[in-house]
Amino acid sequence: MELLDFNVITTSLPEFWRGLLMTLQLTGIALLCGFIAAVPLAVARVSKNHWVSGPVAAYTYFFRGTPMLVQLLLIYYGAGQWQWMQNAWAEGHPLWSLFREPFFCALLAFGLNTCAYTIEIIAGAMRNTAHGEIEAAKAMGMSRYKALQRIVLPSALRRMLPSYSNEVILMLQGSAIASAVTLVDLTGAARNVYSRHFAPFEAFIFAGLIYLVLTFMLVGLFKYAERRWLAHLAPRKASRRKEA
Amino acid sequence: MNTTATFDRLCVDAPHTSRTGHTAPDDALPAVKQGTAMNQMTAIVEQVRVEDLHKSYGNHEVLKGVSLSASSGDVISIIGSSGSGKSTWLRCINFLENPTSGRIVVGGKEVGLKRDRRGDLVVADAKQLQQIRTRLSMVFQHFNLWSHMTVLENVVEAPIHVLGIPKAEALERAERYLERVGVWKFRDSYPAHMSGGQQQRVAIARALAMEPSVLLFDEPTSALDPELVGEVLKVMRSLAEEGRTMLVVTHEMGFAREVSNHVIFVHQGRVEEEGNPREVLVRPQSERLRQFLSGNLK
Repeated sequence: MELLDFNVITTSLPEFWRGLLMTLQLTGIALLCGFIAAVPLAVARVSKNHWVSGPVAAYTYFFRGTPMLVQLLLIYYGAGQWQWMQNAWAEGHPLWSLFREPFFCALLAFGLNTCAYTIEIIAGAMRNTAHGEIEAAKAMGMSRYKALQRIVLPSALRRMLPSYSNEVILMLQGSAIASAVTLVDLTGAARNVYSRHFAPFEAFIFAGLIYLVLTFMLVGLFKYAERRWLAHLAPRKASRRKEA
Repeated sequence: MNTTATFDRLCVDAPHTSRTGHTAPDDALPAVKQGTAMNQMTAIVEQVRVEDLHKSYGNHEVLKGVSLSASSGDVISIIGSSGSGKSTWLRCINFLENPTSGRIVVGGKEVGLKRDRRGDLVVADAKQLQQIRTRLSMVFQHFNLWSHMTVLENVVEAPIHVLGIPKAEALERAERYLERVGVWKFRDSYPAHMSGGQQQRVAIARALAMEPSVLLFDEPTSALDPELVGEVLKVMRSLAEEGRTMLVVTHEMGFAREVSNHVIFVHQGRVEEEGNPREVLVRPQSERLRQFLSGNLK
């Protein structure tokens, strides 16, 4: 017997392709929305006012403290338990009807989850801003908002890059749980191929390889971003050293 | 250095134009001092006045009523041992620390103060606070350059985003001041890739680019390696010779003696002794200053 039956893979390529698109859509949109929401929420998270930072802290504790799969199942199966939700579905309510869609539920769960982690990553970077730099901003006449906009956030968003790249990679791989709510993402496609051909190695190794390639591409992308935006933290280049 | 600035309190009731071309506002009649020594009657506008400033942290009173007055061209050195309150004093002038009581007059205009919840005095009007801080530029002990920006970006930042001057003008200004302090060739470097002396000179250029009426120096050479102190002092000395108004908290007795025209010795939150550095540092009256100097002068 051959080790791998490549026919299984080649005949299933379109299926893998559709799964890959689903994975990319889910993680891409969730990461984008999560990041956009995380920036203002991180500012709230570091607020000295407990009425502002408290609710954000509660949100991040909940979403970081429970498995994403549980959150996904809770949203997808839990929503339909409410009578008013079912009534809204019967009426064809445009917003609540979204909760019948597995794609929307997965996006919501992934988005809320990555947003929670991203808030803590940005907030941590903001807290680590050198006190002297904030003081200099004040002394130069910047208002608190101006200092946030010009100094604290640009600096924090750069310094968060290494830890944020981990979050992005974890999200990509975490999105494999989308198949729990009937979505056919890359992992879902692999499972379908496996059950059709009873060829676990071909199906899952190929899916794993695609994840691996995606991850390496992301790592490369973040390496580039760090070279571009974190040059100020890199060791001094040899060419500059001749200047005493 | 402008040697005409002396500290006799002679007030003239008329607005004057200072050397920098800044016109004092009409509603505020600034106190004007007259030079008496060797020079004729050159009237000089008072830039900053601090009266009876107190500052407490809880029960600990750091400043117990200190006053100073700086007119254009004055270079005032504030000396004293660590913990004497000299840095706190300087930081109260641009409200990086909030004083407990006292009056501050900047550019002939009294700063409107109100009490915050902790009982410290804060500037009542945010606009006035911003105005004060753009008129009094500070140079810090640890440089405090914005690390994610290049040298040039550091220097154009506040002129563009606080003063609102056009970008081209800010760039031209930044290059001029970087050239002035001798770090122009590093304009595209990041602060972390430079020596302390170079960073501090960039910080001085950043302060100059605001074209302030007074430069505040908070121990500008204390964080530097000994061999880098000289290059920063040289820049400061040349600024003083240009006639800039400077308040300098320092441990550099040479600078205090040779460059400043007034020296203030702070001890335990009080002004122990002050006056012409050639008098005060050569023939100290108080025992405290004598002790301090014998520990400092080598």
